[in-house]
Order: sequence, then C-alpha cells, then structure tokens
Amino acid sequence: MKELLFNKISKPLQYLFSILLICLVAGICFILSDFLNYQVVAFVLLVTVSIIAVSFDILPVLFAALLSALIWDYFFIPPHFTLQVGTTEDSLLLMMYFVVALVSGVLTYKIRRIEKIALQKEEKANTIKLYNTLLNSLSHELRTPISTIIGATDNLLLNKSISAPNKQELTIEISKAAFRLNRQVDNLLNMSRLNSGFIEPKKDWCDINELVYDVVRRIEENKIEQAISINISPELPFFKLDKGMLEQVLYNVINNAVLHTEAHCKIDIAAVCHVDVLQIIIEDNGKGFPNAELEHVFDKFYRLNNSKAGGTGLGLSIVKGFTEALGGIVILENIPRMGGARFTIEIPAATSYLKNLKNE
Amino acid sequence: MSKAEILIIDDEAQIRKLLEITLESSGYTVRQASTGKEGILMAANHPPELIILDLGLPDESGHTILQKLREWYTNPIIILSVQSDETDIIRALDNGANDYLLKPFRTGELQARIRSSLRNSFNEDGNQVINCGDLEINLVARTVKKSSENIRLTATEYTLLSVLVKNEGKVLTHYFLLREVWGPGYINQSQYLRVFIAQLRKKLEKDPNRPEIIITESGVGYRFVINPV
Repeated sequence: MKELLFNKISKPLQYLFSILLICLVAGICFILSDFLNYQVVAFVLLVTVSIIAVSFDILPVLFAALLSALIWDYFFIPPHFTLQVGTTEDSLLLMMYFVVALVSGVLTYKIRRIEKIALQKEEKANTIKLYNTLLNSLSHELRTPISTIIGATDNLLLNKSISAPNKQELTIEISKAAFRLNRQVDNLLNMSRLNSGFIEPKKDWCDINELVYDVVRRIEENKIEQAISINISPELPFFKLDKGMLEQVLYNVINNAVLHTEAHCKIDIAAVCHVDVLQIIIEDNGKGFPNAELEHVFDKFYRLNNSKAGGTGLGLSIVKGFTEALGGIVILENIPRMGGARFTIEIPAATSYLKNLKNE
Repeated sequence: MSKAEILIIDDEAQIRKLLEITLESSGYTVRQASTGKEGILMAANHPPELIILDLGLPDESGHTILQKLREWYTNPIIILSVQSDETDIIRALDNGANDYLLKPFRTGELQARIRSSLRNSFNEDGNQVINCGDLEINLVARTVKKSSENIRLTATEYTLLSVLVKNEGKVLTHYFLLREVWGPGYINQSQYLRVFIAQLRKKLEKDPNRPEIIITESGVGYRFVINPV
C-alpha cells in the first residue's frame, strides 16, 4: 500500500524528498558528530538510502546513493570539508559504501518490479476466469437455441413423413429459439455498450405511463402465464431521461420476474414521483431470492445456484449498469413476511407537469 | 388489381431470399439488387411501386442511396435496418423514407407496412372520411365521432390528429409532428407532443394505456393505424 502511494509521487518530487531526507539525516549526524564515529554515520546514511529505495524509482535512489556518498566524504571523512580521503582504509570504506548503497537500491527496485509483475499476472488470471465464465454461460445460452433450430430444420428438411401437427410444433420451436437468441444478442450488445464506457444518456421528456405499458405489452406478447398489474397515476409528471435505457432496465427486471416465478404468480409495477426523483417499484409474489445471494444478483454473469431457467447472467447486471448510467440506483430486497422479490429503481430527473396543460 | 412491383436493395442473400418468398406469396412481383448502385440503376430503368432499402449496404451507405433515390423517385421507400441507433432511423425518415423496420422483423408486420405504404401512395388525395373501428374522422367537416357521438377536440388536438390521419400507417418523427403542428420554433418541445398525444388517446382509444390507433414508435415518433394487425 505504502509503495503504491509513493509510486504516485512524481519524479521531481522524489528527487526533492531524497535530497531533503539525506541532508536532514546528514545534518543531525553532523550536529552529533562529537558523539558519533564517522563510520557509524556511514551506516546511518546507508539505512537512509535503503529506506528511499523501498519507495522510490531507481534513478532517484541512485542519485541519493551518490549524494550521500559525497556528503559523507566531504563532511565526515577526515580531513573534513574536502573530498580528499586521508587513508587507504577510508578510500576502501568509501568505495564499499558506494557499492552497498547501489546494490541495495538496485535490489529493492528489482523486488518491486517482480511484485508488480506478479500482481499483473493475478489480474490477468482473474480476467481469464471471468472470460471463461462468460464463454461457458454464452456457449450454453447461444448453443441451446441454435441446436433447436438446426435440429428442427433438419427434421423438416429430411423427414418427409413428418405429421402436420409435428411440423407445426417444430416450427414453433424454431421461432422460440430465434427469439431467445435475439434476446441474448441484445443483452450482449448492451453489455458491450456499458463496458465501452462511452454510454451517454440521451435525455428527452418521457411519459412513464406510456413507457411502462409499452414494456409490459412487449413482455405479454411472449404469452406469459403470470398476471402483471400496473399502478401508476395518470397525473404522474413527465421525466426528462433516456427512454431507451429505462425501457431496457424495466424490460430486464420484469422479464427476470417472469422467468423466475411460477405461472400463477403476480407481478406488480408502481411508479411515483418524489421531488424530482422517479421511483419505480416492481414486486412479485414468487419465492424471492436466497438471502445469501441477494448481494450478488447484479454481478456480471452471476446465476443463482440451482437456477433452472436459462440466462447468461447479464440481464440484471445490465439493469444495474443502465440505472447507474442514468444517475440512479437499484435496490433489491425480499418482501418481509409475504415473500417475493422487490426491485426499487430510483432515478433523479427533471419533471414537467405540462400534462395538466389545457389547450391553446 | 395488377401485381405491384417491389424492389429489394439488400446485400444479404438470405434476407433477399426471405423477402422474395414472403412477398411473392403475398402476390407482389419482386426484383432484387445486392448493392446500392445496382439498386439505383434498376429503379431508374423501371421504377417499382415500392422499394425496400437496407441501411447497411457495402458500397454506399443506405442514407446516401436514399437521398439519391429521393431526387426523383416518389413512390414509398421502406427502410430495413439492424437494430441500431434511433438517430439513424429518424434521419432516414426525415430524409424521405416512408417507414422503417428493424431486423429481425415479423413477417406480418412487414406485410402490414407494405400494404399501408402502397395504399397511401395509390390514394394521394386521401379519403376525406376515415372509419376506424367505432371511430369516424371527417377531414372536410372537421368532426370526430366515436360510436356516432361527437367528440370535442381542441384546435391543437384536431390539427395533430389530422396530420396523423393524413399520413395513416406512416411513422411520423417527433421533429416532423412538432414542426407541422406547432411550427419550426417548437421542434425541441417534445413534451407538448406527449401531452397532446396522451389527450388524444384519452378521447379516442378504448384503453388509453394500451393504444391501438395512435401507436408509439419508441424513441422515433408516432403512427396512426386504421386497421390494427
């Protein structure tokens, strides 16, 4: 952590800190020079250079080593205040001092580089793991409908004696598979839109009533068995937000409820305005989410353990991504006592009560 | 009625095949071009009753082809496009396309769009009295009746309705409607449009929340439909 912190310090500052630290230590040693042998001072300075080496880049460290060697020579090795060295022993000491300072600097630098590479490797391993999860769920989610289409068309093409009702059934399966494929491709495209980071909401006035009914109509086209009810006041103001993104959010949440609840369940949708915040609540009376998994359902590629309904695990992560891109939040909870899941989506947006405008 | 001729301009052989089978089985004569240049040439040699144009062509962008066609070609053009940016569709509609369909499209939807585009172009003067379910709109007398009862519309509501009705079946962009009904100064006031669409639906639709006559084309505009599919 400390290293990371220091890595962010710019090069010129690193030089400045090195000079200051060495001068400070040398200064203190100089004041105490009556009590300190100059050979001890060498060790103190070496320690200082090593500390610098732990945190700074290689060049400032080498510079600190050179500077400290010169200071030691000039101020501490007799004769004082010259760069001359009196005895052969002292020359040897000075040389060794310089070598030790250099080696410790270079070694710490190397260690840090190895650490950095290890960290990068770990990150790469994580990415590969995520990628594999993606490939697994994708190949399942894409290959299932593709297999259906290939199998059914083979049957239709090769099996001349196929009965009319069977023919009809196979055709329906092909159609279902194609819609499922289309849905997954949509999700993937949306995900890559989110990942690209270039996602800018296109804001325009939006009639929430119209939008919600439209989304529900699209979902009901799939002949679902759950009952969906909508409870939104006709007096709800218009909100200025990205309609396409909100549509996608609502579609995915409602569709998720449809996929993961029993046929007799109910899905309730309500929307209200709280001072420039649009709040949409989507509740179902299904089984809800296992408490332990609540916090993970928005993760990319996350699928509930023992989830039987298909899915790439992208739907709800797109919900979160788009809601956040709209500047809002999404909260998921299990409804106390009753059971069932409740998604609360809150998006701050400008409102317009023009709806009450009576005519020109 | 003679067979209407439809020209398909699309580089994907599979899509052309699909359209050919669909359209011929509905009684149209189909011709095909796989590039924009070829399409323009074929349209010029023998102008078809309707053109289906793919926006993503290999040689030139569909937008350019659309503009070139619209310099002289006046029959309907329906745009086919892979689901992409709405701005692309709006641009095509504002450049003279009559309608658009996103790939993948439903066959029934395609047939309905072709029918209504052809109906509009064969019937330039337009019917002056439009019957639509229990609704009767008289563009001469400027009256609207629902189940034989007069419905009172404000001036703006009526203007909006008449623009929609005159372009029956066609997608009208927000920009187009705002300019036609309120004037060029209002093209950014989309909230006006939403207010009046909501009011019209309240007065005309059986269930204003599940509109069947004034259909929303999400992010693009509105469409007036006489014969719901």
